[in-house]
Amino acid sequence: MAYALQQLINGLTLGAVYGLIAIGYTMVYGIIGMINFAHGDIFMVSAFIAVTAFTLLAAFDITSLPLAITAVLITAIFFTSAYGWAVERMAYRPLRGSTRLAPLISAIGMSIFLQNMVQLTQGARVKPIPPVLEGGIELWRTADFTVQVSWTQIMIVLVTIVLMVAFTWLITQTAFGRQQRACEQDSTMTALLGINVDRTISATFMLGAALAAVAGVMVTVYYGVVDFFIGFVAGIKAFTAAVLGGIGSLPGAMLGGLIIGLIEAFWAAYLSPEYKDVATFAILILVLMFRPSGLLGRPEVEKV
Amino acid sequence: MSAVIIARHARTPAERFKDAAWVAFIALLLGIPMVGLTTVDEGGALAVHTRFGMLGAFVGASFVGRFIFRWIMDQVRSRRAAKPAVVKVDRTPQAIKVIGWAVLGASIALPIVFSENRYVIDTATTVLIYVMLGWGLNVVVGLAGLLDLGYVAFYAVGAYTYALLFSHFGWTFWEALPVAGAMAATFGILLGYPILRLRGDYLAIVTLGFGEIIRVILVNWTELSNGPNGIGSIPRPTLFGLPFDRNPAEGTQSFATFFGLDFSGMHRIIFLYYLILVLALLTNVFVSRLRKLPVGRAWEALREDEIACKAMGMNVTNVKLSAFAIGAMLGGFAGVFFAARQGFISPESFTFTESATILAIVVLGGMGSQLGVVLAALVLVLLPELGRNFSEYRMLMFGAAMVLIMVWKPGGLLASREPTIRLNKAVTAGGEA
Repeated sequence: MAYALQQLINGLTLGAVYGLIAIGYTMVYGIIGMINFAHGDIFMVSAFIAVTAFTLLAAFDITSLPLAITAVLITAIFFTSAYGWAVERMAYRPLRGSTRLAPLISAIGMSIFLQNMVQLTQGARVKPIPPVLEGGIELWRTADFTVQVSWTQIMIVLVTIVLMVAFTWLITQTAFGRQQRACEQDSTMTALLGINVDRTISATFMLGAALAAVAGVMVTVYYGVVDFFIGFVAGIKAFTAAVLGGIGSLPGAMLGGLIIGLIEAFWAAYLSPEYKDVATFAILILVLMFRPSGLLGRPEVEKV
Repeated sequence: MSAVIIARHARTPAERFKDAAWVAFIALLLGIPMVGLTTVDEGGALAVHTRFGMLGAFVGASFVGRFIFRWIMDQVRSRRAAKPAVVKVDRTPQAIKVIGWAVLGASIALPIVFSENRYVIDTATTVLIYVMLGWGLNVVVGLAGLLDLGYVAFYAVGAYTYALLFSHFGWTFWEALPVAGAMAATFGILLGYPILRLRGDYLAIVTLGFGEIIRVILVNWTELSNGPNGIGSIPRPTLFGLPFDRNPAEGTQSFATFFGLDFSGMHRIIFLYYLILVLALLTNVFVSRLRKLPVGRAWEALREDEIACKAMGMNVTNVKLSAFAIGAMLGGFAGVFFAARQGFISPESFTFTESATILAIVVLGGMGSQLGVVLAALVLVLLPELGRNFSEYRMLMFGAAMVLIMVWKPGGLLASREPTIRLNKAVTAGGEA
């Protein structure tokens, strides 16, 4: 029981990270209907920026923890959004209005490019950073097992909740959110009403990248190591989460992320850690067979 | 922002300068965290190193590159605008036929010209493997319009079937080839049956998942696949029972002794080249014939409009399954050849990058175009090969090439979305004779 509780906590933390990345997929899919394959690598870029930023701060002897984490978050969000913008501008915007497959191939190319660029400029070895946030709370102690929540896990879940609230507010209450949803429904009509669709799409990419940046910083703090390949697996898991929750739906992305995180944690703990990726995909296939539009997605009506 | 939007009017030098400066600014922004700063392991702890010289070079190159690029593009555009519009005669079908035969002739002549150059023939063999895979995937993606991101799974199934049949039962290449194809097709049907009712992108992610599942199983099921260590010493194919060894087994003749030639390692390389050429050509003929059969026309119809197909009473699931199974079978054949050529296979060879490469070949070639696949395979295999002296840049160039070609020609190098067969021209809408 205690062990299960611990897995629940670990799974929720992991799920929060997947959820943050999944929102980027789901928003981009909602607005231009493409799988942004490079999104996982944007997340990886932000993890590297976080490593550099943490090392720089340590070199300048900035040890105040809240200050350091805030500074790293802001730096990572800033530069990663720039990457999100640039990827959209270079690889996707010229392909707007062409076939459905063209941007997908371009995105896969971008993903390969980013991975290799980081490998070349930052090195192929794993980058370890010293623990940023140590310790935690003991929740429950039994004879042979202690359930523990680390401060890092608490921070990840708190940051995710705050971001989700802020994000929901941004999408449902502000003028930008309205424009964004309008573009999702009918971009031609939105353009006719005098809204700059290209700019809204760019902003969507930057927002998605910003959330991926937060996820990147969180993963760096949580695991303490990054390498240039983390983007691929995290990206696929997050995309699976987005599809599972119903692509295009924001709460769906978060829910999908949590489910994937929990499945992974429990499968690795009780069945076999080697096959946890197989479990994720197998469950995805099962869900799609019985609910083809995902858990919270609206069933799509095909019109002739 | 407005500076980057491609303006249609002629540009003043000041505008060009502003545009290039904007690009340089973006390059600076992107370059600071990746080029300008790097972390280096110093005695167990990371330390930040700066590379401002490199960053400056990067930003400068972006500025100059953008300036020159825009200038050339403007020149081209104004020249094109000045020319009177000519009515284009569409000679594409004939041109494609001519190019196709020329490519075929060149590929037959290649080993004769380069009979001593092992590197050239090896690279050409790699190109041909990708051509064959591309033609196989073309059935699924280009003809039936099903987005498959896990094609490499069938390639792996083919390769492992041969490797396992050999290591457990001593089967030869020629015995294993049809079985491996059937095995891959079975996997295609098993996978396809539950998921083929999914729409485009859902199908893509599920096939991607399937590719990963196969790879993870190959890595972890050590009793079956020997895990990450792979399976080695897979025998090379023989020519009607004649092996290409220096010292053949007792009681058999080798290729060299049978024909009274001096033994040369090149014989095997050239034989493998011609073998894959024949396999690829058979694939091409097979697919081209299929396209003209009812099933092929059904694939093309399905690609264009699934609802209309259903309304016409087509069994959509069976049509999709047949495309999936045939594509998988061709991938399986290519896998057997791959295993036989390498002599060693491991899960390393069947990663997602491989699937992405094959898909890129199909899409870059222009979906559904057989010759386009050849061109795209040539470009994607040879372009990184050019940079092989700086091998660390290989994949970087590969990714960049995928993006650039797609942006330059979104429809692929040779787009052919035309139906393979049309109704007779005499039957027009008005019914005039």
